[in-house]
Amino acid sequence: MNEELKKTIIEYIKREYLEEDAPEEVNESTPLISGGIVDSFSMVSLKTFLEKKFSIKIPDDKATPEAFDSVNNIMNLLKEFNVT
Amino acid sequence: MSNIGSYDKRYGNFDWKISADELEYGKDGMYNIAYYCSDRIVEKGFGGRMAMIWESFKGEIRRFTYDDIRVYSNTFAAFLKDTGIERGDRVCIFMDRIPELYISFLGILKLGAITQPLFSAFGEEALFTRLEDAGTKAILTTRKHAGKVRRIKDRLPALKHVIVVDGDALSLKPGEIAFNMEKAVRFDSFDIDRAGPEVPSVLHYTSGTTGQPKGAMHVHSSLLAQYLTAKWVLDITPDDIYWCTADPGWVTGTSYGIIGPWSCGVTQAVLDSGFSTQKWYQFIEKHRVTVWYSAPTAIRLLMKDGNAVVEQHDLSCLRHLISVGEPLNAEAVVWSEQTFGKPFHDSYWQTETGAIVITNYPGMKIKPGSMGKAFPGIIATVVDQRTFQPITTPGTVGLIALKPGWPSMFRAYWGNEEMYRSKFRNGWYICGDRSSIDAEGYFWFVGRDDDVINTAGHLVGPFEIESALLEHEAVAESAAVGKPDPVNMEVVKAFVALKPGYEPDADMELSIMNFIRKKLSPLAMPQEIEFVDSLPKTRSGKIMRRLLRAKEWGQEIGDVSTLEND
Repeated sequence: MNEELKKTIIEYIKREYLEEDAPEEVNESTPLISGGIVDSFSMVSLKTFLEKKFSIKIPDDKATPEAFDSVNNIMNLLKEFNVT
Repeated sequence: MSNIGSYDKRYGNFDWKISADELEYGKDGMYNIAYYCSDRIVEKGFGGRMAMIWESFKGEIRRFTYDDIRVYSNTFAAFLKDTGIERGDRVCIFMDRIPELYISFLGILKLGAITQPLFSAFGEEALFTRLEDAGTKAILTTRKHAGKVRRIKDRLPALKHVIVVDGDALSLKPGEIAFNMEKAVRFDSFDIDRAGPEVPSVLHYTSGTTGQPKGAMHVHSSLLAQYLTAKWVLDITPDDIYWCTADPGWVTGTSYGIIGPWSCGVTQAVLDSGFSTQKWYQFIEKHRVTVWYSAPTAIRLLMKDGNAVVEQHDLSCLRHLISVGEPLNAEAVVWSEQTFGKPFHDSYWQTETGAIVITNYPGMKIKPGSMGKAFPGIIATVVDQRTFQPITTPGTVGLIALKPGWPSMFRAYWGNEEMYRSKFRNGWYICGDRSSIDAEGYFWFVGRDDDVINTAGHLVGPFEIESALLEHEAVAESAAVGKPDPVNMEVVKAFVALKPGYEPDADMELSIMNFIRKKLSPLAMPQEIEFVDSLPKTRSGKIMRRLLRAKEWGQEIGDVSTLEND
């Protein structure tokens, strides 16, 4: 399940935030916010995707740039909502 | 002692000639900004001084001396000339904050062409609108962003050249050119364009309430204001390490991320990374940044992350802090004084002014929450919004107005003379912001005088968002307004009425968000969408955006006599 979850999130990020021909690769540790793939404004759409996909509500104080800075960090955040 | 010394003495005894004399501006018929930012520093004997220390988000570091940027900008200019770019052509720079952005900016100017930097996070429609309006002839980009250009190129007949600065034969599409600055044959000399001080230099697009974004056109003599404000307001000296956190896709990133600092001969540090508190403090500590020009949104994010993270770093190198983009709240000024031992100095200006016009100066008493006082050489006041007469009673709110004639004032909106003229009333340039002035001459920002949304220091036009929203298959009508936000000052909120058969659920919300983000930009993406059955309109059918905005801000709704009876 864990690997499936990671794959789902990575695929979504690639599809929504990267250009088709972009040379960037995304894996579980790729810096998303600091790496400029997802900026702090776009974070809201990623948060909305996660909330919708996993039927959770992430409070604003948990939705920090650090918490969204890699798929691994997002996985840790999701654990807090019993999504594993 | 600061560079400006006594503000009152400077204000009372000022002439822009100070700047021209220091720069020897116009000597041998040379007025080109790029010369003063590179060749002149080298001619003065400082070619070996570091001009830029660049760090990527991965920690990769590249260093460039002033002689390097002189030679590489020559190389860019020679390449563009060979490609067929001529004086007056618009050349867009569309890339992240990599060294090629900063250096090509000078190369384009050396050729006499006009630089048109655009924020790399712009989506294809935002890019298209600005390239079409400017009739842009060439675009410099990277593989990361080339896809957006490819999708719109066929709709842009004036766009003749797509140049990919990190491209190679395998990654290029037909008709594209690869140009690698560091691998190209170097040009030690280039015949820099000497057309004169009033020749167009930089074209920055900015948003208004109505219509599509407008291209504010600047000329080479803007340098006189950008140089002196960098010296007196940012207080930079050749011994400093200066960091401007703004992206050159916006005017702060060119006036004070390229022209101001490099004409002063300072070393600037550039971090090509998204925001991260830890990364930013590490960057300051690692490169021993002394002068830091940032924005209230970033400062509030740093405040939010607390002082424990500050204590993990040695930030004693910082000596002067300045802020721009939106009003700096008093709490942030007090916090920075307590945390860094130095207050952030708020500064006020806009794309059209080209340089700082009102600010807090080193050595002058700061009133936390105030924008400060007018820069020497700038005649600033507030005027009545109906008569456009200056208001003389302290504390009375009016429109910020500047007497035209300072060197960095925009000279036109590209192809829109009528809009340009509308900005001048009763002999004043009207900034579009409301403020009061206290008895000591300090300006106190109140808010915008229009519906333009200031989010994290960037102006976003509601019309552009609403037009894009209507292109979403499910949207029947829409309105975009600024909603208060504790970090970004305002964020975009959209009111949307859906066409029959579409459901206002989380899927729809995400679909609309992503649609706008990709089409326009993350800044324009509504951070909140409220689905409504219909929007309030006047009897003539115009959506009453003002009413929706007032509700978000908890303000009086005002006159609704023209509201349509449903």
